[in-house]
Amino acid sequence: MKFSILVNEGPYTHEASDTAYQFVKAALAKGHAIYRVFFYHDGVNNGTRLTIPPQDDRNIVKRWSDLAAQHKLDLVVCIAAAQRRGLLDANEAKRNGKDADNIAPGFRISGLGQLIEAGIQADRLVVFGG
Amino acid sequence: MAEETEGGVAKKFLYVNRKAPYGTIYALESLEVVLIGAAFDQDVSLAFVGDGVYQLTKGQDTKGLEVKNFSPTFRALEDYDVTKLYVEQAALQARGLSEADLVVPVEVVSAERMAEIMEGQDVILSF
Amino acid sequence: MLHTVNKSPFDHNTLETCLKFAKQGSALLLIEDGVYAATRDTAVSKQVQEAMKSVSIYALKPDVEARGMQNRVMDGVRLVDYEGFVDLVVAHNAVQSWL
Repeated sequence: MKFSILVNEGPYTHEASDTAYQFVKAALAKGHAIYRVFFYHDGVNNGTRLTIPPQDDRNIVKRWSDLAAQHKLDLVVCIAAAQRRGLLDANEAKRNGKDADNIAPGFRISGLGQLIEAGIQADRLVVFGG
Repeated sequence: MAEETEGGVAKKFLYVNRKAPYGTIYALESLEVVLIGAAFDQDVSLAFVGDGVYQLTKGQDTKGLEVKNFSPTFRALEDYDVTKLYVEQAALQARGLSEADLVVPVEVVSAERMAEIMEGQDVILSF
Repeated sequence: MLHTVNKSPFDHNTLETCLKFAKQGSALLLIEDGVYAATRDTAVSKQVQEAMKSVSIYALKPDVEARGMQNRVMDGVRLVDYEGFVDLVVAHNAVQSWL
């Protein structure tokens, strides 16, 4: 089956990102496909490359980036939610006159339409939130 | 279950709203998804359950908070062909509210009816 | 339909709300803090046992174990791992996540 995933909360504060990650890994292990993982609300914070988590605990952002690279996952961060929360790629930073960008590898910024499309194209959409 | 649209068979999308407005962003950002989603010609319904019914109350005046009042946006939903708004009757009653207190026309439904509506959906978005 | 609940039943009314709308024959997977509802001898155990008559109830094992509740799961609640979670999603027409 094709799954789309919605992650509504940021890393560490809620378990949502962890549960979503483990679900995606399990789905891939079972031979299913992941159409898209969409990050909304504070979930956009899963896409910042500036986290420095403690060495003895999981690196949530990095493992999403790594999983995306390994399985060619489409990790999408909502542009509206990202702008509110200060998550930018180089383009967005330039477009909006900001002096830095912070998006992590493997993530891309796009519109809410990508979430709706993810729901249309997948067999199942699963929401992980707080 | 699913209806034919130009682009193929439309899916039934349900947006479930359980949170009050302003205390958290979920109500506002959920509405933003509904507005963008309207362009995709799917079969859209909104469910207001528990504190979600507070999103629809009349008389929201946010000047003192200095935050945007987004309740007028619910009135614009009709222009986007989003007309299926279901409000849980028990949630209204528990909060001392009636349909007359709400800012848009809705269908007030029992828990059983709401359960049926939910069961028939293809994609359920919770926030 | 598959329902998921991720909140403790003692702290939030999420479980109660979900059970109000879960139709006969549907499934409920307790995840994250929601797994506490799967434990026996609590203030909600009776309600959960009653619900089991019409809804199949599962709990996510890694969440149960993380919380040290593995010896307290009540009879009738089936433990699944993440692959089991995936299987449950596949087996039902849609998923409703109660947050």
